[in-house]
Amino acid sequence: MKRLCIHYPVLAAAVLVVLLHLVLAATDKTFYMTQITMSAYYALVVIGLCLLMGYAGQISLGHAGFFAIGGYTVAVLTTYNLSPYRESTWLGSLRSLGLIVQWQDLYGQEVLSLSPWVAFVAALLLTALIAVAIGLPVIRLKGHYLAMATLGFGLIIYRIVLGAKLFGQADGISNLPAFHLVGGLQVNGRAPFRVQNYYLAWAAVLAAMVLSLNLIHSRVGRALRSIHQSEEAAHSLGIDTYRYKLATFVLSAVLAAVGGALLTHYNGSIGPSEVTVMKSVRYVAIVAVGGMANLWGAMVMGVLLNFLSLRGVFGSFDDAVFGAILIGVMLFAPQGLLRVPRLRGILFVGRASSLAFQRVVRGCTTYVRRSHG
Amino acid sequence: MDSVLLETRNLHRSFGGVHAVRDVSMKVPVGAIKAVIGPNGAGKTTLFNLIAGTTTPHRGEVLFRGKRITAWKPHAVASLGIARTFQTTKLFPQMTVHENVMVGRHPRTRAGFLAGMLNLPHTWREDRETQAKALEILNDLGLEVYAEETAANLSFGRQRLVEFARALATEPALLLLDEPAAGLNIYETKELSQLILKIRDRGVTCLIVEHDMSLVMTISDEVVVLDQGQKIAEGPPSAIQRNSDVIRIYLGDEHA
Repeated sequence: MKRLCIHYPVLAAAVLVVLLHLVLAATDKTFYMTQITMSAYYALVVIGLCLLMGYAGQISLGHAGFFAIGGYTVAVLTTYNLSPYRESTWLGSLRSLGLIVQWQDLYGQEVLSLSPWVAFVAALLLTALIAVAIGLPVIRLKGHYLAMATLGFGLIIYRIVLGAKLFGQADGISNLPAFHLVGGLQVNGRAPFRVQNYYLAWAAVLAAMVLSLNLIHSRVGRALRSIHQSEEAAHSLGIDTYRYKLATFVLSAVLAAVGGALLTHYNGSIGPSEVTVMKSVRYVAIVAVGGMANLWGAMVMGVLLNFLSLRGVFGSFDDAVFGAILIGVMLFAPQGLLRVPRLRGILFVGRASSLAFQRVVRGCTTYVRRSHG
Repeated sequence: MDSVLLETRNLHRSFGGVHAVRDVSMKVPVGAIKAVIGPNGAGKTTLFNLIAGTTTPHRGEVLFRGKRITAWKPHAVASLGIARTFQTTKLFPQMTVHENVMVGRHPRTRAGFLAGMLNLPHTWREDRETQAKALEILNDLGLEVYAEETAANLSFGRQRLVEFARALATEPALLLLDEPAAGLNIYETKELSQLILKIRDRGVTCLIVEHDMSLVMTISDEVVVLDQGQKIAEGPPSAIQRNSDVIRIYLGDEHA
């Protein structure tokens, strides 16, 4: 059972997600679920960035760029109308393979487009490819230089999105079809699918948490932390530091792309505001508030701060607030908000619930064992 | 040739106008303790870095078991069986002592990113073996009581021992020790020499850069003396102690 003990907090979090649903339903506030769902997808970006910054010790000020590559790729591929080619044989064969979907746009026009599954896989592959191409030269840089290089990458993606007709320029791309997963499950932002999507998004976040927690507790995780703490020593112990940093860069880029692709399906659209430098800075600020090498902190803050932002709590000072958060954290809580003594209570709730869960699970297993033997 | 573990041939490296290492050729036999001595700035650490791959030579070759490893990257050199410690101890300060040594198991284990993320049963088993092996090494060096201590909290001498343990965890054939006695008192230095002998007796060849003459003269089988980047003497400790060139560079002309 010890192998799974890092997962108790995930189970506890899953219970809290259900409780949150019940509370929202009881207080007639289920409309909040829409923003929670969106925030959860943003949290995927933050989780990936936390692996890169907190564990591998590398900064990226271009993660909005990877989010956008994921989002825009699915947007372009799933909205590009292939009806003019309906007679061609290649479309026919793609159709017989089930890679083409047929739907109606807002005006009742029939649209033939690539299946969201194909678009999704293509988006992740493309992101990985671009991350490798950018990472190969850039990840050799350190500190400020790496920050500037990734910042430049983010800016390039922003200008491309804003300039290219293919990406809808300032309007972005809208009217994406729903993403049918399996059975009746679909990533769809319409009100009837609200509850289902709330759980889908959380499932994605918790799955990402499980994978990331496993990773940081593994041989690779130790190697990453060692690179962060003394690159020279890590290198001398047989760790290919360059390869590990690059792989983490690509992994975190792909996680950002997953968030981007799913959120774009959920919103049904994506626009250049997702690609601004301030978005990248926001992700960095959230990882910092969460405590850098603290996946749980990053995830919770990722959901919480994005939720507040989406609810408009910060008004038109949205970006200013995130900038201020970054400065404030660096000055007053460099270990993250959860390490500030007065705010430890938050941690306590998390720990207590995970501990309670551990007890319950342990109780159940002993009960099962006794009743069988 | 079988008995030579490491060989350098005319190894050369300069920084700007300074020739840090000039055409140094030497052989380290299997199972030996070989020391590299010389005054400050003689190029000892540079020589180490050239062997370990941290610095690339301008000329010359490094051979390990007869294989050319010149200018290999440090991680590749380490995976081949050459471990090192540093002049100023470089532990992973925020990790526990146990974790530090577990990192040392890296070249002997396999789990990659995907296996790590999925934490499959065999991945988990490998990690448990890593934990056990690291504990075993700590036990062996009498460090088990510090296993759960954060590395940064240990005293200087203990940190150095942990660095030893970490290097040994890679199961090296050759251990490069860069001034292992620096900053240790005479008792600690004595313990250290016992430890180095013990490591050697288990089949690990040692190459030591050292200032501490008592350590060098008591434990090493062979000594190489560097001065201004050049090899000026090589031989058993007793011969080196009588060598007039060596006495001159250490004590001055009037003693030679």
